[in-house]
Amino acid sequence: MNAVTLQNISKSYQDVKAVRDVSFEVKKGELFGLIGADGAGKTSIFRILTTVLLADEGVATVAGFDVVKDYKAIRDRIGYMPGKFSLYQDLTIRENLEFFATIFGTTIDDNYELIKDIYDQIKPFSDRRAGKLSGGMKQKLALCCALIHKPEVLLLDEPTTGVDVVSRKEFWAMLKSLKEKGITILVSTPYMDEANLCERIALIQNGRIMGVDTPENIIRAFPAKLYAAKSDNIYKLLNDFRAAQAVDSCYAFGEFLHVTTKGNREAGSSELRDLAIERGHTHVVIQEITPGIEDSFIRLMNEKSEASAHQ
Amino acid sequence: MKQLLVFIRKEFFHVFRDRRTLLIMFGLPVVQIVLFGFALTNEVKNIEIIISDNARDINSQQITNKIKASAYFKVQESVLNYKDIEKAFRKGDVKCALIFPAHFGDDLFHAGKTRVQIITDGSDPNIAKTVVNYLTAIIGDYQQQIAPSPTLAYRIIPESRMLYNEEGNGSLNFIPGVMALVLMIVCTTLTSVAVVKEKELGTMEVLLVSPFKPVFVLIAKAVPYLLLSMINVILILLLAVYLLDVEIKGSVLLLFLESVLFILTCLSLGLLISNVTDSQQTAMLISMMGMMLPTLIFTGFLFPLENMPKVFQIISNVIPARWYFIITKAVMLKGLGFAYVWKETLVLTGMTIALLGIALKNFKIRLQ
Repeated sequence: MNAVTLQNISKSYQDVKAVRDVSFEVKKGELFGLIGADGAGKTSIFRILTTVLLADEGVATVAGFDVVKDYKAIRDRIGYMPGKFSLYQDLTIRENLEFFATIFGTTIDDNYELIKDIYDQIKPFSDRRAGKLSGGMKQKLALCCALIHKPEVLLLDEPTTGVDVVSRKEFWAMLKSLKEKGITILVSTPYMDEANLCERIALIQNGRIMGVDTPENIIRAFPAKLYAAKSDNIYKLLNDFRAAQAVDSCYAFGEFLHVTTKGNREAGSSELRDLAIERGHTHVVIQEITPGIEDSFIRLMNEKSEASAHQ
Repeated sequence: MKQLLVFIRKEFFHVFRDRRTLLIMFGLPVVQIVLFGFALTNEVKNIEIIISDNARDINSQQITNKIKASAYFKVQESVLNYKDIEKAFRKGDVKCALIFPAHFGDDLFHAGKTRVQIITDGSDPNIAKTVVNYLTAIIGDYQQQIAPSPTLAYRIIPESRMLYNEEGNGSLNFIPGVMALVLMIVCTTLTSVAVVKEKELGTMEVLLVSPFKPVFVLIAKAVPYLLLSMINVILILLLAVYLLDVEIKGSVLLLFLESVLFILTCLSLGLLISNVTDSQQTAMLISMMGMMLPTLIFTGFLFPLENMPKVFQIISNVIPARWYFIITKAVMLKGLGFAYVWKETLVLTGMTIALLGIALKNFKIRLQ
């Protein structure tokens, strides 16, 4: 059975089409990631699923209930952490937690087991006001508040945005252990490196889903050999490669350029090297690499935009 | 039910931990009362007065001398007619005129009673009323002086008339006015801001997604402000009585209950505003500018309604503060009972029910 389903969901704000014909499913007990840049439509999807926003078209269910008809049943069964959720700044950690426990009709003691691992980390500060917490601690507290009523489905909208690397790692470790307790988790993030930590992901761009699969399968589906290239004048190299006939795509990626060749040639590496030297580049480095999620994302994005340009 | 109580407790935390809210809540009424109290002082000195003596007999002279002797007046004696007096008033330096009729002393001794006319400039009703009181006291004093025996009293009847503002609206009006104003600002602004704050913080989204009844959010938000405003009313009344020596002539309980009713009206209005706004600034602007100005202008507290164009008088009917102002004035200053203010109370009750109904009905269980 699926914990979350979306079928042909669309949503527009005046002229802006935020969500376009989105369909995907999250299986029960799954850790599912919605990966996309800011403004891709992630938050709108979350709001539709949490019943606070009505979709223009399409059907969606959460925990087996329809988001429009049975919104009350859903509100009893989900835990939600909105993107800009920042708790009550003037209440202490404990007061925040107690408040949300009561609002959801439970107490801290009832479900303490579930939040224990997370709460223990912030417990020493339980009398501190939420406004005085660090970003990482805030997110932990917010997660506790979303979990306190033992939800069936946990919906986390960009929980790690604005949080330091160590806290992000800890946060994902917590999500893993929650998943093991049988909670379905739908999480969104703009960070590609976090995609690998999900069981399955959906890549979203401009309100459209570009692919849904496991991170491994998405990487495996990368259709061409990928090369990392570098020279002394990296900007000129980028322009030279982009102008070259043999090159299919080329974009900057950290200190390297990521390049694919047209027709995925066998001897791509040496051809690229020759091309670079011919244009007068020095210290040329070309090596074949395994593509990452981000490469897949960029490729899918380009394909989509080309497809829509041809329409 | 327990949820609601916990929610209300949380709201109290918000109020007590925010110094600014507390300052607005309790600083504002104190400042307003003191400011209005001492700015609109009733103490007057060196008032220019025209004495137009048409009798020129011993009695009128004696009264004139008494007035001259008091520190409150600077006397200009003249035999101006009514038109000239009005001209002097228009120039603005003369605030008051006392007119003795011909045969003033004759009437007093032969008929046993006579009249004097006091004309005051009503555009400053505070001064006008005080002046009338002083003159009446001086004349009353003289009356006693010349009375041969308590049984055979000579009576001088002062007939006072205000030019420009016949109602004499204004004096002592400011306490009821300040009450209306303060409650309006505190209840409406603070409640609307409190709800909108949740929207801004993103906590409203979580509350909506909780099993907590959305309508309870509004109730929980309103309760602390209701209680604190009730304390505020008591504070204002204490200040009025002990700092400004205002006498509460009617039933204090009735006054308090009517105030609670008005607080409820303001809270409903605040909740309604919070429904249609998304940022604290907008909520603040609407409730401050949109509510404060009409309250100031249309309650008759600063400017007498009777002097306004008909259109404004009609508009003033939809301002809740106007009705509350009438009620407080009647109960506090005139000592009237519920029988005299039931109509106004009914209007306020109707407004409250309507506003609250719209606010609850418009409360969105979803975003946008």
